[in-house]
Amino acid sequence: MTLPIYVQGAWYLGALLFIFGLKGMGSPASARKGIVIAGYGMLLAIAATFLIPGLQNLALMALALVVGGAVAWISGKKVKMTDMPQMVAIYNGMGGGAAAAIAAIEFAKGDAHSVVTTILAVVGALIGAVSFTGSCVAWAKLQGVLKKAHRLPAQNAVNVVLALVAIGLGAAMVAMAPAQPQLIFAFFAVALVLGLIVTLPIGGADMPVVISLFNAFTGLAVGFEGYVLGNPALIIAGIVVGAAGTLLTQLMAKAMNRPLTNILFTPMVASGPGE
Amino acid sequence: MMDGLLALYIFTLAAFTGYEIIAKVPVILHTPLMSGSNFVHGVVVVGAMLMLGTADTVVQQAIGFFAVALGAANAAGGYVVTERMLAMFKKKEA
Repeated sequence: MTLPIYVQGAWYLGALLFIFGLKGMGSPASARKGIVIAGYGMLLAIAATFLIPGLQNLALMALALVVGGAVAWISGKKVKMTDMPQMVAIYNGMGGGAAAAIAAIEFAKGDAHSVVTTILAVVGALIGAVSFTGSCVAWAKLQGVLKKAHRLPAQNAVNVVLALVAIGLGAAMVAMAPAQPQLIFAFFAVALVLGLIVTLPIGGADMPVVISLFNAFTGLAVGFEGYVLGNPALIIAGIVVGAAGTLLTQLMAKAMNRPLTNILFTPMVASGPGE
Repeated sequence: MMDGLLALYIFTLAAFTGYEIIAKVPVILHTPLMSGSNFVHGVVVVGAMLMLGTADTVVQQAIGFFAVALGAANAAGGYVVTERMLAMFKKKEA
């Protein structure tokens, strides 16, 4: 569909405000102003989307915005300062889940797409789904719902096999597009389980780095789905966050003096019973 | 739909932008920036709205509703949490 110029213009402005906002957050003096600027960008982008002619389900849309937004707003206001990291994790997971859900609808519609579009939709769905369940585990650990690090025997081998299965199913979806519902379902199931299994063995102390990694993942997923939707604002916001998040993850891992691979794939040496 | 190569330009430039934004940031701002970038990818809600707005079947509507709610939560929650973190950086009486 071709969009009216005021919608495209508003999205463009929104993407600009995101970049200025993030730039502002890079120094303590302007940090607070930065998030406010980015906030205006978000409001602008959402408001403009309502003005697209021919969109259906507007009432449902408004309801979903109010429900999701209000729940998160209130919980974010109430949470204790020390519990912030897990809130970042859970909000991030929701973004990943949203990106995966966008891809799911895209697959369900089964519109004819180019191979590149389908590949990016699949990749975005995969990392979005992993980020969704992974972030939920990260939240559960930091919140104290999950107390122990659960490590399977041959954990790394299980991770690799699951990842390969997910990639294989994804490849099948590209090859057989439009994919059958069973295949779509299997793909998402494996991707969601992968996020769980990868994150479960990681200890609470390493979680901030892992949350940052999932944050970068969600960014990439959003960027890829943005391409599928033909929406440059999503691409820009998603990829900027993906790149920034990747670098941030490395910096955080470095600050902890542990390489990222070590955090993800090596168990902490058994520290005895108790916390 | 977008020209494939044009999209590649956008991808590349956006990646450089993201890198440059973070490259010289002091360590104390790492966590707020993670939270801030978490807010920014909440723009996924726009994509979710587009999908819900073109959903044809009940299943698609349900997934679309779910997607918009999750995206809205990402944006709203990300904003509140980041704002609260950064409020601590407000100029203190020195």
